[in-house]
Amino acid sequence: MTSLKEEVEEKKKLIATLRNKPWRMKRRLKLLKECQAFVEEFEGALGKGKGRKLYAYKVMMAKKMIKFNRDFDNFKTACIPWERKIKEVESHFGSSVASYFIFLRWMYGLNLVLFAFMFGLVVLPEVMMGLPYGSIPRKTVPRAEQDRAMDISVLLDFGGYCKYSILFYGFYNDERTIGVLQFRLPLSYLLVGLGIFGYSLMVVIRTMARNSDEGGDGGDDGQFTFAFKMFTSWDYLIGNPETADNKYASITTSFKESIVDEQENQKDENIHLRRFLRVLANFLILCSLGGSGFLIYFVVKRSQEFANLDQDELSWFEKNEVEFVMSLLGLVCPPLFETIAELEEYHPRIALKWQLGRIFALFLGNLYTFLFALFDEVNAKLEKEKSIRNATIWGLNEYYSNYSSYHNTTDIPPPDIHPADVIRGPCWETAVGIEFVKLTVSDIQVTYMTILIGDFLRAMIVRFLNYCWCWDLEAGFPSYGEFDISGNVLGLIFNQGMIWMGAFYAPGLVGLNVLRLLTSMYYQCWAVMSCNVPHERVFKASKSNNFYMGLLLLVLFLSLLPVVYTIMTLPPSFDCGPFSGREQMYNVVMETIENDLPAFIGNIFTYATNPGLILPAVLLMVLAIYYLNATSKNYQNANLELKKKMQMARDEEKNRRNNKENTNQVMQDLEDLLPNRSLLPPAAEEEKPPPVLEKGSKSPKVAKRPGAAANGKGVNIQKDVSLAAPNPKAAVTHPPGPRGPSGNARGPPPGPARGRGRGTPPSRR
Amino acid sequence: SLKSLIILFDIESGYYPVCTSDILQVQLSFPPPRLFDRYRDLAPQLVPLDYTDQPDVRLPYELIGSMPELKDNPFRQRIAEVFSEDGEGNMTLDDFLDMFSVLSEMAPRDLKAYYAFKIYDFNNDDFLCKSDLEKTLNKLTRNELTEDEVRMVCEKVIDEADLDNDGRLSLEDFQHMIVRAPDFLSTFHIRI
Repeated sequence: MTSLKEEVEEKKKLIATLRNKPWRMKRRLKLLKECQAFVEEFEGALGKGKGRKLYAYKVMMAKKMIKFNRDFDNFKTACIPWERKIKEVESHFGSSVASYFIFLRWMYGLNLVLFAFMFGLVVLPEVMMGLPYGSIPRKTVPRAEQDRAMDISVLLDFGGYCKYSILFYGFYNDERTIGVLQFRLPLSYLLVGLGIFGYSLMVVIRTMARNSDEGGDGGDDGQFTFAFKMFTSWDYLIGNPETADNKYASITTSFKESIVDEQENQKDENIHLRRFLRVLANFLILCSLGGSGFLIYFVVKRSQEFANLDQDELSWFEKNEVEFVMSLLGLVCPPLFETIAELEEYHPRIALKWQLGRIFALFLGNLYTFLFALFDEVNAKLEKEKSIRNATIWGLNEYYSNYSSYHNTTDIPPPDIHPADVIRGPCWETAVGIEFVKLTVSDIQVTYMTILIGDFLRAMIVRFLNYCWCWDLEAGFPSYGEFDISGNVLGLIFNQGMIWMGAFYAPGLVGLNVLRLLTSMYYQCWAVMSCNVPHERVFKASKSNNFYMGLLLLVLFLSLLPVVYTIMTLPPSFDCGPFSGREQMYNVVMETIENDLPAFIGNIFTYATNPGLILPAVLLMVLAIYYLNATSKNYQNANLELKKKMQMARDEEKNRRNNKENTNQVMQDLEDLLPNRSLLPPAAEEEKPPPVLEKGSKSPKVAKRPGAAANGKGVNIQKDVSLAAPNPKAAVTHPPGPRGPSGNARGPPPGPARGRGRGTPPSRR
Repeated sequence: SLKSLIILFDIESGYYPVCTSDILQVQLSFPPPRLFDRYRDLAPQLVPLDYTDQPDVRLPYELIGSMPELKDNPFRQRIAEVFSEDGEGNMTLDDFLDMFSVLSEMAPRDLKAYYAFKIYDFNNDDFLCKSDLEKTLNKLTRNELTEDEVRMVCEKVIDEADLDNDGRLSLEDFQHMIVRAPDFLSTFHIRI
């Protein structure tokens, strides 16, 4: 009985593993039929007929699960926007250009979340639950400006109705709670402003960590690059001619990229000359950076002098000197850097990084100049505000004293002045917000214009003027433009820096940026596909995007500093914005803790801000950082050691195989000489013994066709081949290939090593 | 036991089924018999509905190569040749089923590797020699690489994967390399 049960189980197992066998259909069917007949017959006898249904049900559920998972994965992938567009760009232009668009898409996601925060927690409550336009002075256009408030030129300059709208800081009221829900708007404004930085920081660091995680197992990485590309790059699922075209293009590009990488590895030239040239190039670039820094400083100083003169006497050039010089530098220096960088002869990917670094240094100069200029303006406004504030207070006192002396009462109603007529302070925060918005808008305009003129117009000229021009425009001088990766990436990063700085003073700025990124995506994808040509040397993007992320992180910190500084030190305007009337902006938090939260939380905060507690906490964090750093270094070292070991093991196996082949040949010869004593170790350790051996050629099979077809049961043995081909060494009848000489040379010398494989048999005897 | 007239084939679940001359019908009837319908749709006048007597019907390569799943594949001719009994690309129903069974999601890796090797072996000598690799590469890039580039890539491939140093890839070398490929299973897959 048990033997029967065992047999049934065995047959069942055979049925389950049947599909793993590389047999032809006919043979599998025959075996399946036999096994199933056996199982059916005897399972009935063992009374286990029901098991089959349950098994079938389980398999069906498993299959449904697989299908569901696959559909869900497909759905998730389909939800990622612009995937097809980016793939198209990637197939034609390579992965480095595509990495810019992937970065753009990531920024769009980030900005969308920031917009959701700002809009949902600050703008929407004010609009829905706050006071409407025109009810209080800060929400109304002053009388003096009202007749020009609707003009297009004023609106485009973000004055007029634009200035007194939800777009800017000044519109928001400072009431502690608003509406039915008792929403605390000032607190929310402050927390959202800071939360934007916190969220961005978290996302950037998380992305950096994830990217660096994809170092992959370096052992296999690069070992079979070309082999994998050749055998696994074509996607057999492609069933659409356009997709196939893209795939062909991307495979070709990918091969070209790898070829470039390979050639770079093989190049070796005069190292000293190269080093000298690189030092020279860096020196030249430092000089030009220094020169541009000095120029900006000089121009800003001059503009400060101009600001003291009468505005009407200055020409347009003198008024806008700073912006003009900055734009000029931004246009001229990057190509200059690129030309100088040709001295260095770096791999294109590394050259791109250097270029990015240098342009970054240049733009940093621009940014700081802008900030200093802005800061001067803010200080000036603060001064003016003091005098207006004094004037207002004085006016109010006058009104009260006149009223009480006229009407002889102490219960004085507040002055009945229309909101538009009230004396208004300069509201420096709104002014700063306007500056940032204007900067962003002009940045957008410049970028789009550059693409239109620099790429589109150029392509049109080259294409159409070529018919009637003396030299070949397409191959010669202007030709079609290449996509400027470094310029665009830096533009994106600095734009984001502007947004981060300006979002606190202009809540509408984030929404503007979302729109800008959305249109940028479509516009630039179109421009790249229609006006640009791929780089001459197509290179692979570096696997980790951490370089871009590192720059972004740096810009994030740089933009955090001014905002935190203003929150902590500058006093808010007395008559506009959610913090008006307070000494510092962060007083809002203190007030909330005192008034709204239970008493013990206030105590906790008081204890927590005690320096005696903060200093040890900081010390602890420093120690933790040091410890984690040390551990991570140790892990990296351990990793390297393991990789080396793996590499050594692989090399050893390769050597052993080679050795074995040669030694086997030698051993074969030896055996001929010594017929009685075989020193050959059993050959079974490495090769799987080939069970079915016949690998017939096609012709005998063809002859057998009619017979096979007739009965349908004749399994065509000649076509059944096992997975493991017979040991190739058996078929080798000629000495090994190009590596032969070294292999043979290895034959005699490593006597003791050879003995490793063969030394044991003698000792066994 | 039942007699069935049509082939039920559910590749996705990995159940093998039943040939019409067989008496058993596998109890899996989900999903419906697609593959036979696809085969029959290629040439309804040639393929009979009733396969009970194992008719010797072979569809010519042109019909197979024009299937939407295969028509954009640069290796469609080789695929048909490898799976067809006569080696010319003319496929019987069994060959057809075999082909889609190996290329399905559920087929095991070793099986796929074996057949992939056969597909890329253009001259059928059981080795991937330089000319095979060159043909593969030219099919993949539609002849867009220069001769030097092609030569360099083929040399690199042999360099990387050839373990026994005979200047060409045997099945063993190929398998040793392909089992380490992260994308192989997902790309060597046709869904029907």
